[in-house]
Amino acid sequence: MKLRKVTVAAATVLALTGTATACSNDKGSDEGKITVGIKYDQPGMGQKTPGGDYAGFDVDVATYIAEQLGYKKGDITFKETKTPDRENALKNGDVKFIVGTYSITPERDAQVDFAGPYFLAHQDLLVRSDSDVNKGTDLNGKTLCSVSGSTSAQNVQKKIAPKAQLREYNTYSECVSGLSSGAVDAMTTDDSILAGYAAQKQNKGKFKLLGLKLSNENYGVGVKSGDKATKDKINKAIEKMVSSGAWEKAVKANLGPADYDNEPAPKIGEIKK
Amino acid sequence: MFDFLDGYDVLGAFWKTIQLTFFSAVGSLIWGTLLAAMRVSPVPLMRGFGTVYVNVVRNIPLSVIIVFTSLGLADVFSVTMGAGGDVATLAFRLSVLGLTAYTSAFVCEAVRSGINTVHLGQAEAARAIGLNFFQVLTLIVLPQAFRAVIGPLANVLIALTKNTTVAAAIGVAEAAYLMKKMIENEAQTILIGLVFAFGFVVLTLPMGLFLNWLGKRLAVKR
Repeated sequence: MKLRKVTVAAATVLALTGTATACSNDKGSDEGKITVGIKYDQPGMGQKTPGGDYAGFDVDVATYIAEQLGYKKGDITFKETKTPDRENALKNGDVKFIVGTYSITPERDAQVDFAGPYFLAHQDLLVRSDSDVNKGTDLNGKTLCSVSGSTSAQNVQKKIAPKAQLREYNTYSECVSGLSSGAVDAMTTDDSILAGYAAQKQNKGKFKLLGLKLSNENYGVGVKSGDKATKDKINKAIEKMVSSGAWEKAVKANLGPADYDNEPAPKIGEIKK
Repeated sequence: MFDFLDGYDVLGAFWKTIQLTFFSAVGSLIWGTLLAAMRVSPVPLMRGFGTVYVNVVRNIPLSVIIVFTSLGLADVFSVTMGAGGDVATLAFRLSVLGLTAYTSAFVCEAVRSGINTVHLGQAEAARAIGLNFFQVLTLIVLPQAFRAVIGPLANVLIALTKNTTVAAAIGVAEAAYLMKKMIENEAQTILIGLVFAFGFVVLTLPMGLFLNWLGKRLAVKR
């Protein structure tokens, strides 16, 4: 008898999960509203400001694309999509598309579709203005900071400076505090993200970007796998953003204060290895 | 289906988890028992210290403690833990320190509840034959107390095993760290998550079963 109760309970749970999934389909765009995935913790790229507003280059791109898709500014809802959540958020239809420093890789391409790329970033090093680190191999024997398990951290261990002392934290903000206090000598990730930190008011003039181009990160706009209609529309929107000059303006406004020397806008579908 | 596991040292990462658990478990068993002894001691200052320690430490989130050991102890106060400047060793030792400090508070409370199960007459009888506080505690009270709290301590140990995942926050290469790395590279969130969840169940399930069996076997029959 007890066993049967368990079976009934399990079946109910399964059925409920089924309905829940069915309901959540395409929540990304209901009744003239659209939900877009961005990052909340990357100043200069995608950030939720203390006032509850959103700012950054990715936010500008996302807004431009949504407007081109026919949504008004007030109809856009931003949702945080952290790195491990991105593929599932697209698959479940929680968000229509994601603009969140989302590098196109073969593994990710197998799970979701990418429009773009809309930006070409490189792994780089951020050091204190008075630092004597000039190239990757200078780091051997020094302390370097990055986010636990991130692609940039793995690159350092494998290629750039295997003898560097790598310290890893959960967020880049913890690295920034270590860099300004002198506990670490450099921090590494995509130059776009580093430029965002260097451009923050409290950090202005304290740090410099080395511009080493240690890797190519092609930022794409993630869409649900197989959603070709949306992908094509987003590609058109990106092209329009570049040709109208809005792209250049957004880059300068968000990353300019750090003397960031950005790459020209990449061509749609052109992925630099 | 599981080809995303290629090239990753999953067992090595879980070995690191086991090491973290082991050293923190030994450390917190010792420090937690000492704290419990302080909390039942006749010296008001020690009682006060034990009470304050337990109530402060168990109410601070573990992630805050772990990150503090790295950003605070290591960076600001230059605590090196004898690691000789090796960042990976330092991070490992710092997280053992943080986990021990945190888990001790729970061990202390479990042991103290065990001490309360020992009949007051036992301690009175021990004092009557001339044993001092230390002897009463180590010879009479604690041996009986421990036998009563194996079950609760098993709970603490299982919680500790899972809490070691927080050490990824300061870059210790244990299971949760590898999971993060694999999700970043392979974009297979659910499958990878299941593999690691399974790994933790394999670690903690036998632990719980064994300690429950042991607890029943050693329970003081009254």
